[in-house]
Amino acid sequence: MAVLEKLRKRGAGPAGTRDRCVADLVAALGAERVHNDGAARLLASTDASIFEGGVAGPVCFPDSTAQVQACVRIASAHHRPVVARGAGSGLTGAAAPLGEPVVVATTRMNRILEVDGANRVAWVQPGVINLDLSNHLSPMGLHFAPDPSSQPVCTIGGNVANNSGGPHCLALGVTSAHVLAIEVVLSDGRVVMLGGLDAEPSGYDLRGAFVGGEGMLGIATRVAVRLTPNPAAVRTLLLSFSDVESAAATVGAIIAAGLVPAALEMMDQQCVEAVEDFCHAGYPRDAAAVLLVEVDGMPGGVEAQAAKVEEIGRGHGAGIRVAADEQERQLLWKGRKSAFGAIARIKPDYYLHDTVVPRGRLVEVLQRIYEIVDRHGLLVLNVFHAGDGNLHPIIAYDSREEGMSEKVREAGREIISVSMEVGGVLSGEHGIGVEKRDFMPLMFSNTDLDHQARLKSAFDPVCMMNPGKVLPSPHSCADISELSRASGDVWG
Amino acid sequence: MRRDPCSDPVLAAFAAEIGPSGPVTIKGGGTHWSVGGGPDPTARVVAAPEGIVKFQPSETTVEVRAGTKVTELHEVLAEHGQRTSLPEDPGSTVGGALALGWSGPARLGRGLTRDAVLQIRYVGSAGELVTAGGPTVKNVSGFDVCRLMIGSLGTLGCIADMILRTRPIPELEVWHSVFGIDPADVLQSCATAGSILWDGSCTWIMNAGYGVDVEHDLAVLAEISAKAGADRPAPADPPKLPPHRWSRRPSEALAMGPEDGSFVAEIGVGMVHVDHPVSPPPPDEGSVLVQRRVKQAFDPDSRFNPGRRVGGM
Repeated sequence: MAVLEKLRKRGAGPAGTRDRCVADLVAALGAERVHNDGAARLLASTDASIFEGGVAGPVCFPDSTAQVQACVRIASAHHRPVVARGAGSGLTGAAAPLGEPVVVATTRMNRILEVDGANRVAWVQPGVINLDLSNHLSPMGLHFAPDPSSQPVCTIGGNVANNSGGPHCLALGVTSAHVLAIEVVLSDGRVVMLGGLDAEPSGYDLRGAFVGGEGMLGIATRVAVRLTPNPAAVRTLLLSFSDVESAAATVGAIIAAGLVPAALEMMDQQCVEAVEDFCHAGYPRDAAAVLLVEVDGMPGGVEAQAAKVEEIGRGHGAGIRVAADEQERQLLWKGRKSAFGAIARIKPDYYLHDTVVPRGRLVEVLQRIYEIVDRHGLLVLNVFHAGDGNLHPIIAYDSREEGMSEKVREAGREIISVSMEVGGVLSGEHGIGVEKRDFMPLMFSNTDLDHQARLKSAFDPVCMMNPGKVLPSPHSCADISELSRASGDVWG
Repeated sequence: MRRDPCSDPVLAAFAAEIGPSGPVTIKGGGTHWSVGGGPDPTARVVAAPEGIVKFQPSETTVEVRAGTKVTELHEVLAEHGQRTSLPEDPGSTVGGALALGWSGPARLGRGLTRDAVLQIRYVGSAGELVTAGGPTVKNVSGFDVCRLMIGSLGTLGCIADMILRTRPIPELEVWHSVFGIDPADVLQSCATAGSILWDGSCTWIMNAGYGVDVEHDLAVLAEISAKAGADRPAPADPPKLPPHRWSRRPSEALAMGPEDGSFVAEIGVGMVHVDHPVSPPPPDEGSVLVQRRVKQAFDPDSRFNPGRRVGGM
């Protein structure tokens, strides 16, 4: 009952009003693949963001391209929008259903269809989990390069939708650089192949346009991903600093010296302490900031890069610890990867940001972030991809405290504004979704947004794929009245 | 905060020159003028502005006008030990290289042209200035309109200005050639191979990276040659590439033979340079439909580069 009540509070229609759509879905997919109970719909009504969620309609679990086509065609016949969903680990509300759409969960489409080592490509279904793919490839000495923190749960389809990144994208690029071809079901139920496996597929780069489309352009049903050889040698260093400025200056100096580390991560003292309490990675608690630097490649070059990083670090007053073996390396990474879990011990909720600023402005922006959260009396922890200027301030809070959520959102707005002021961008790897939809005019003019809407309309002229995301009104073609509630849910 | 492109007098003048109507063809270096069919001679020819706007070595980004020659850009970047992944065809412009979208024969090591692009400013069909993408090395804010512009042969908008990601130039970069080895062995064994070209008998290898790694791989290359009973690899210039391109899968490039005529194949990539034109395979029908919609959405009056068509259209 509680579940139904929760759904009703969010504006869900009473059960049974959309029976014909559900009946058609059941007829096409089978009852076991169409979940219309309150619990299933509630589970599919949000993602991992602070967005309170929308209202899911029937949740479908197709296991083939043909079944995805059926879902889309039936939804279209009943004038229902469609929202694709992977693991639900997104952080912007992009997979949160607005207006009781048919939800197409791709989690049962989780087969690695083909691994072609000679061509360094694998065909996978969209529900394959990112880390499962790299683990599967490991005996062949290959991996899928994008490694978001949600790697153990997020799906390749979700990675494609969000153009996901991760620590190791500094050297290797984000998802777009690792996707060769995508089979997509469009809003009219048609199946199209975007991109190709040859060196330079002809035509407009629809593959590139689709990646990062946040489920608004179509549903990926098969993805050909580029496989990257595992490096022969890896060296991981932990540099600790007595002030944040020196850590940030070291980041700039490493890049300016012509190094492209495999990863270059930064954590501030608050984050270090949280991580140490949580998993005892051996980070120095007294450091104002630490850098986790990983260099990889062939042994000689790795040696040279590591020596250069050490030299630059010492020049900036760093204490240096070099992982002596794989076990110690894993421990150092465990600290970085446990950051979000560590935060859960401090406060029950967190709001994770994702702006990018020029590397040269990192110190200034970090200082301003500290000022903002101090002014609001909030707690912030910084753990981020310093090498490409991709900030991830995490505001830890307890949403049960009176007025706290509003303060967190206001601080969030200010952090976004500061990042934009210094020539940054809204998102480095999480995307826009609902969370930053209404901030898009900070970065793009009306004309720019109009051109983005043209891209959307070329793929989905009837505007039924994941409406209400990314593009602010009036550039969004969403005409479903319930969608207007979305901004209120996130930003008050 | 967002920079209004109209406040840049150079871009504003370029947009005004293109204006809101009439067929326009944008010409870069003219080095690949016939790709996609020659442009309609009645179209007004415009040239993009030139010059480097802002190079920030520590940000590994450069903002450059589309009419700048790639070689000139790379000369300036090289002063700081950097370059982009764009191919250096003599005379070609940065805008032309993006409009064409081709990657060069060293893409195995340097990466793809399309992956170098962070932001593009272009003039749309109503004469409006548009910004796609963003200035930082990482950005997923909104739909990726940049990708549509790359390889569009100027048929969706006139590229005026762009921000590119730069990369450090490797410490050492050397070319060798050797007859009679299996180029697949080089791909398998030499991580520093930034380009492997093969014409069916001779293999040219560019090793690029840290000096110590390149020296290591040159020793590996010598071993591969000795095992195959071939001569030692000798320093050599890269081969002249036949004029036509045949886009294939990497394994297909390795399977090329005398029956395919004279060729130079990019091993590990799949691009094969041949002496005769090769028709691309028929495109996916559904994708052609979306491509037509893209063209209609961005250039409804078909005023940009009339006569030229991207593959499959």
